[in-house]
Amino acid sequence: MYAVVVEDLWYTYPGGSEPALKGINLNIKEGSFTVIVGPSGCGKTTLCRCLNGLIPHFYGGEVKGRVLIHGIEVFSRPTHELAKEVGMVFQEPEDQLICLTVEREIAFGPENLGLPREEVSARVEWCLRALGIDHLRHRAPYELSGGEQQKVAIAAALALKPKILLLDEPTSNLDPLSAQDLIETLVNLNREGLTIVLVEHRLELVAQHASQMVVLSRGRVVADGDPREVLSSRLMDELGVAVPKPIKLYRYLAKLGIKLRRPPLSPEELVDLLAEVKAANDTH
Amino acid sequence: MILIEDLWYTYPGGSEPALKGINLNIREGEFLAIVGENGAGKTTLAKHLVGLLKPQRGKVLVYGLDASKCKVSQLARLVGFVFQNPDHQLFSETVIEEISFAPKNLGVESRVEEVLRRLGLEAYRKRSPLTLSSGERRRVALASILSYNPRVLILDEPTVGQDAAQKEELASIMEELVNEGRTVVVITHDLEFVAEYVPRVVVLSRGRVVADGDPEQVLMNGSLLKSAGLLPPSLARLSLLLAERRFLEEPRLYRDLCRLAKEIARRLKLEPT
Repeated sequence: MYAVVVEDLWYTYPGGSEPALKGINLNIKEGSFTVIVGPSGCGKTTLCRCLNGLIPHFYGGEVKGRVLIHGIEVFSRPTHELAKEVGMVFQEPEDQLICLTVEREIAFGPENLGLPREEVSARVEWCLRALGIDHLRHRAPYELSGGEQQKVAIAAALALKPKILLLDEPTSNLDPLSAQDLIETLVNLNREGLTIVLVEHRLELVAQHASQMVVLSRGRVVADGDPREVLSSRLMDELGVAVPKPIKLYRYLAKLGIKLRRPPLSPEELVDLLAEVKAANDTH
Repeated sequence: MILIEDLWYTYPGGSEPALKGINLNIREGEFLAIVGENGAGKTTLAKHLVGLLKPQRGKVLVYGLDASKCKVSQLARLVGFVFQNPDHQLFSETVIEEISFAPKNLGVESRVEEVLRRLGLEAYRKRSPLTLSSGERRRVALASILSYNPRVLILDEPTVGQDAAQKEELASIMEELVNEGRTVVVITHDLEFVAEYVPRVVVLSRGRVVADGDPEQVLMNGSLLKSAGLLPPSLARLSLLLAERRFLEEPRLYRDLCRLAKEIARRLKLEPT
């Protein structure tokens, strides 16, 4: 079963002279960890907005094609219904945090769905625990660090119990440790069955966790598949995508006659593969 | 030249000082990065250089001017500040108006056309900054400062939302500016960027300078970075791990991966154990 199906999707912003999306086709399986990359202005954010109905319901503009979320037609459903299917986390947590305490922030969504009180507080407790932010429950979101704010934004999105979590460059304002911590949180949520769709430039951080890598360029999907294959293709250099260092090194080593068994996605994997080569050398 | 001596600052209502005795010298024509985790005091420090904040204790001298006695408008001629969030500084209806504003306002020679070209914004001249992507808005914000040609340029998190090609482009713009004799200070937590391009790194942690040196010294020091809430960048991690597993003689920061590959190859062939 696919969590997301996009069929020949075209979109032009109101007043835009050129379509921002030009015939996107994309399938995302349930439970996958899908990373979307591409140069600045390629349509990543626009595509996200199509997946949760902000396009066209909020942004207007001209849309063609179909988006199905768990079989539901996005363009003919109101956004508040879609919010139960797709949780969205933006690049700037400031853009989406509105309440005076973390607890209230997380309760806001479920309360607006008109859920019973007990259910709301059960969800708040679950979210606080899932994100490890129980200690922040009485704090004001605006006085938290960027990393903490981003976790609150995720908790608030999860409180609607979506099956898909969509994140648009959530680590871009975070320092390296907070970013790593956030990615680990996503990996854990994914293990519990949540489908993750993540727009991210920091491939050094996420490549090793991805089950699917989608590359956009100028409003089109130009690569889609296994992260190792996608990232080791020559196309990435031309597009200006930051190929992780271990993969670059893999290519240089290959030119020097050192063939690793597969393109490594992390430094740890690289040294393990080198150790294999060394062991093979030593036995000869 | 910028001179900072024993600078302390506490935000109104803040329980703890954001800056605790900062000492820092920045020479003309230097290219340096101030790094640190969220909340380390990077932006607070930078705001003192343009007079947006005044020292409560200690001294900030910018080209001999005492920052605590200068108006922001005086310092702004010398020091250009590009904000972290471009939406905090963009206000014009078109890109071209945005970029022309500062030189007009300060009555200095305008470099609008040159800057548009340099930052690849020529096609966006008539567009509203609000309709651009966040990476593009960041470039417009940088352009609006470059257009009046200040002697010192401070960029707060310039690489956020930029792809690899744009980061490289950004680095080459900075290098050009430095070659022209301008001073460039980058505030960032993007240690990947610093590892690849920046020659001097200052690490801030909880309001203090905890390291100041070249990337080789600073970025390979895992325990120092960890205590400052940072992680060694992938270039450093790669090299540390390779040395630990004895695929390299010693861990060094190889900006040139081709050379690193050659070192590994040499060692693999030289060393039959």
